[in-house]
Amino acid sequence: MRGRDARVGILFAMPWIMGFLIFMAYPLVASLVTSFTNFSILRPPSFIGIDNYKELFHDQVFYKSLGNTLLYVLGAVPLTTVAAIALALLLNTKVKGMSFYRTMFFLPTLVPMVALGTLFLWVFNGDYGLLKAGFAKVHMSSPNWLGDPAWSKWTLILISMWGCGQAMVIYLAGLQDVPVSLYEAAELDGAKAWAKTKNVTLPMISPVILFNVVMGIIGALQIFAVPYIMFPNGAPARSAYFYAMYLYDNAFQYQRMGYASAMGWVLFLITLTLTLIALKLSNKHVHYESN
Amino acid sequence: MIGASVMGDKAVSRQGGAGRTTVIYWEKWTGDEATEMRKVVDAFNKSQDKIYVRYLSISGVDTKTMLATAGGNPPDIAGIWLDQLCEFSDAKALTDLSPMAKAAGLGPDTYIKGYWDPLNYRGGLWALPSTPASIALHVRTDLVPKEYGSPETFPKTIEALDEMAMKISKKRENGDLEMAGFLPSNPGWWNFAWGIYFGASLFDGDKLTLDSPENVRAFKWVDKYAKTFGSKEVQSFQSGFGTFASPQDPFMQGKVATELNGVWKASYIHVYKPDTQWFAVPFPYPADRKDLAGHSELSQDVLTIPRGAKHPQEAFEFIKFVQRQDVMEGLCKGHGKNSPLEKVSEEFFKTHRNKFIRLFDSLARSPKAFSPPQIGILPQLQNEMNVAFQEVNTQQKSPDQALHDAQNRVSDLWTTYKDQVLNK
Repeated sequence: MRGRDARVGILFAMPWIMGFLIFMAYPLVASLVTSFTNFSILRPPSFIGIDNYKELFHDQVFYKSLGNTLLYVLGAVPLTTVAAIALALLLNTKVKGMSFYRTMFFLPTLVPMVALGTLFLWVFNGDYGLLKAGFAKVHMSSPNWLGDPAWSKWTLILISMWGCGQAMVIYLAGLQDVPVSLYEAAELDGAKAWAKTKNVTLPMISPVILFNVVMGIIGALQIFAVPYIMFPNGAPARSAYFYAMYLYDNAFQYQRMGYASAMGWVLFLITLTLTLIALKLSNKHVHYESN
Repeated sequence: MIGASVMGDKAVSRQGGAGRTTVIYWEKWTGDEATEMRKVVDAFNKSQDKIYVRYLSISGVDTKTMLATAGGNPPDIAGIWLDQLCEFSDAKALTDLSPMAKAAGLGPDTYIKGYWDPLNYRGGLWALPSTPASIALHVRTDLVPKEYGSPETFPKTIEALDEMAMKISKKRENGDLEMAGFLPSNPGWWNFAWGIYFGASLFDGDKLTLDSPENVRAFKWVDKYAKTFGSKEVQSFQSGFGTFASPQDPFMQGKVATELNGVWKASYIHVYKPDTQWFAVPFPYPADRKDLAGHSELSQDVLTIPRGAKHPQEAFEFIKFVQRQDVMEGLCKGHGKNSPLEKVSEEFFKTHRNKFIRLFDSLARSPKAFSPPQIGILPQLQNEMNVAFQEVNTQQKSPDQALHDAQNRVSDLWTTYKDQVLNK
């Protein structure tokens, strides 16, 4: 009976298992194997050992794109985390029409990335942009967001806030799980708003923060569509050339599938390392209900 | 790729008519350019009853053609850019058209040399032209001093152009640029080629020469403009430029008085700002290099037959049809371009929308006309030269340093390419 149950269970799970094997496991293994080959799509791959990895570590553009990406992660993840928590706290208050506000703040995350890139090209336009007009209103000169290498990454970091609605919803769910009794106890101890946020809210939603930060790091490391639209080829002077763009160019512009696969695996290792660091650092600061 | 492999012909073709062979033609063009090519396709389909060409506008036609070829189910004809021909040829993605072209009587005598030569690479003929182009300096008659307001009196040397450009450029009170006499970074499509206008080459058939003295001289000239106008001011000014296919184009708007651009520019002016007063001249040459007079970069959109195409003979029948003088002239006129053919009818010149079409034709025939270097890593080379250009234009690196870095980077890529792709 147990064997039959297992067979039925496996049968029901088969659609997922097949999907996993075909669309996840096979490409993963294939890309690992490809990373040790010279493969230009139209010719059979030839084994070249670790040459792709060796080349990668001498490749200045690899370092440039990696540096740009890490800087973006360092800027975008904390900024969107703070913004999302702040918005979630505001949207967790009891104000009339809250459902409307929650919807309004979530809606921007539904805008497709390509449309978003096109939209922000106009917002950040150095001559006619909305931001430039805004700066002019307060008699300030606006940076050249799109054309100045010193500002291109910061432009993208600012744009990353557009998508914080996704994390905001998760924070909101976390906030609604915080027991009211804890706030009441804090109030009895004389805690004011900030003290309650610092000592009750944030510790109680710390697992949610950890989850969002880890997901944010993974997402930010793969930034592609918006800079691809707004900064073609990472221009100016590769200041907005990110890791995923270089990987894509190698795979589909230069037909270097082996090299691109090696880049993919290096990115996987970097992502894994950063995730493990985040988890390690979280040990002291994340509080689970079970603890 | 998997879909194309599994579905076979069904993925890309439909029956065009009883007893006719359907030829699938992928082309990059959309809009008016696609309409003009559709007219040619329709004319071909009507001209006979054995072959039916199905035209499909495909975005990212190069990447998709490569992937479909790898999947074993490519289109019968792919319209790509000349710049990619060597890369595609080295990747064994194309069919050698030599035997079919020879049988059809299409050869070096049929075409202008500057257009025919780049189609031949490593002993094969990999494409035939659809529409070509040459480029020249476009000048706003109303924005340059009267003494320079005609092709005959316009400065002939780069030094004289610079002097005029600096003189007529305008700045606002806050230092922002209001109008530029000339900007090397506008429209920014041929940044890799500036050195060639100073006598440089980029590749000698084996070695790369990106940091040659002539290239350094060209980039110092770019540097001079960035320093004179102010790097940040130029970037800010240019970020307000609209696309070339719009009334916000900087040349049409009068934000730049002169602009290096292709033969097609007249068509856009005709559509978006027909009252623009302009003329075209060959790009000036350095005062100490009179031998470089009449130089122009030649580019081409080309028709190829991917390797593994189901109907190569039928595909070539269509390509051959496009090469007919009347068909080619109709297409090129529709696209606002010059003809790649050696023989051009007087009617073509007389009825062309570009009033300077004879100049563009003569530039294409000039011994100093040049095409991008024939090297399989041309996209990377152009990319690296673009980066070097931007580094100089944004004052991040000196011309020597930027070109030195580009040379090292592209040399490494070339070594790897020779080893991995050419097996040298």
